[in-house]
Amino acid sequence: MAKMTEIRWHGRGGQGAKTAALLLADSAFNTGKYVQGFPEYGPERMGAPITAYNRISDERCTVHSNIYYPDYVVVVDVTLLSVVDVTKGLKPEGAIIINSGKDPEELRPLLNGYTGRVCTIDAGKISTEELGRNFPNTPMLGAVVKVSGLIDEEEFIEDMKGSFKHKFSTKPQVIEGNMKALIRSMKEVKGL
Amino acid sequence: MSIRERLSGNEAVAFAFKQINPDVMGAFPITPSTEIPQYFSQYVNNGEVDTEFVPVESEHSAMSCCIGAEAAGGRAVTATSSAGLALMYEVLYVAASARLPITLACVNRALTGPININNDHSDSMGARDSGWLQLYSENNQEAYDNMLMAMRIAEHPDVRLPIMICQDGFITSHAIENIELVEDELVKKFVGEYEPQEYLLKKENPLSVGPYDISPYYMEHRVSQAQAMKNAKQVILDVSAEFAKMTGRSYGLFEEFMMEDAERAIVIIGSSAGTAKEAVRQLRAKGEKVGLIKLRAFRPFPMEELGKALNGVKAVAVMDKSEGFSACGGPVFAETRSACYGLPEQPMMINYVYGLGGRDVRVESIQYVFERLSEIIENGTTGEVYRHLDVRGGEYSGL
Repeated sequence: MAKMTEIRWHGRGGQGAKTAALLLADSAFNTGKYVQGFPEYGPERMGAPITAYNRISDERCTVHSNIYYPDYVVVVDVTLLSVVDVTKGLKPEGAIIINSGKDPEELRPLLNGYTGRVCTIDAGKISTEELGRNFPNTPMLGAVVKVSGLIDEEEFIEDMKGSFKHKFSTKPQVIEGNMKALIRSMKEVKGL
Repeated sequence: MSIRERLSGNEAVAFAFKQINPDVMGAFPITPSTEIPQYFSQYVNNGEVDTEFVPVESEHSAMSCCIGAEAAGGRAVTATSSAGLALMYEVLYVAASARLPITLACVNRALTGPININNDHSDSMGARDSGWLQLYSENNQEAYDNMLMAMRIAEHPDVRLPIMICQDGFITSHAIENIELVEDELVKKFVGEYEPQEYLLKKENPLSVGPYDISPYYMEHRVSQAQAMKNAKQVILDVSAEFAKMTGRSYGLFEEFMMEDAERAIVIIGSSAGTAKEAVRQLRAKGEKVGLIKLRAFRPFPMEELGKALNGVKAVAVMDKSEGFSACGGPVFAETRSACYGLPEQPMMINYVYGLGGRDVRVESIQYVFERLSEIIENGTTGEVYRHLDVRGGEYSGL
């Protein structure tokens, strides 16, 4: 079977973790991959912990279950570390990517003994500086692509430029900020 | 050349509707309906279709609207889920008995209660005796393909019955996956125009639709309706063969996956069939003789064909994603066991009710079932026939 990469996203309702998972699926699709992007639905409330998933592979994946042994875990909201067992099932050869300004080793004690790579990205700060508001999605996406190496970086940046142009066709002023946030996060992610 | 895209199951069905450009969509525009009318209403608003979109105040009215439109000679579609389908039950029977080939996109979700929005098949299984054709889909691709075939099957003069195209709520309806779309022109040509023989507004031969039927005739009408359901099997096969010529994607009444020489098999419907295929692949890689049958048509039920496919298999687990509360197993089990009654080499058979209200179904869940089938063969007896899978305090494949 072709190598498959499985990613689990943890966020809070309203933060856009689901959207980020779907954006990653889009981007991987645009570079020729087979993708799955899906959220886990529960009682939908703003601020409640939510989970979303990606499977990315060179062949169609027929499995339609949630992901229990992810290669990568993405934590969009650092306060979830004390609420959800985010590293559950995470492969030690994989990585966890956390939205935080702290150094990775400062957060490791909160990760239930996870021995693999810990990466951090201050998505809130980047977003606030480049977009003027806290939309952690775009920087988190950049960090995931950088850490995982799933998609060729140049191809990814080109593809995202196209996506933002399409997505923000009515407010082109935010395209540049999003692109800057994306590229900055790929440079600033710690723990590589 | 087909079009490579990535769409959720809901987007895929809405896109199929756009390509088909039906005359009328009657739909309840909020929960428990689906995103399908929402996406479709954008096509209407943008002038990409000339469908009359009728937003109604309830699902009962959505189906009633479709009945009116179809009786008048139009092609009518709707989409719903869960409690929405339940609210349609009364009029589902009216549509079927009036022989109105309406198309319904059913996104399978649990029926309340306790309140739950997630996937299982209790909604459409509850409508299994309403006289509607039911085709089930494993993924977005099948939901799309089945929808392109739906009207050709339903409107066929030998059938003239309404059709329900089912896919699993959230698991496929809200998951983005790759999909191959057919070009607009080819879809248009394949689906064709709806030209009913008789209809309410045909001025050469005006008729009544849905009047009172007295006892001396009622039963004959029921028999002709039952005959139409029987006829549908061949029509499904014929339309699917034509579809395969156009797309290269083949569909039958059910799919047999690694069934050749299989000693153990499961019978399953919907998205979990994909997960189960992975379990079968893994077990086959270890040399185990396992296989699966994924039912596509549940109404009409492929009784003889399924019996033939299961004859000689040593042990079979039939998977039901709805409870049924019969005290002896779910509806797929009842039909499948009936299909195997009197076979020369009848398999031993058990039933697992599984995946209710969105309970996740993993590769390990299915492997667990195959292990139980091994035990059954070893012991020479089924033990408890009616079982539940992945339940706390009961049979649990564990994590």
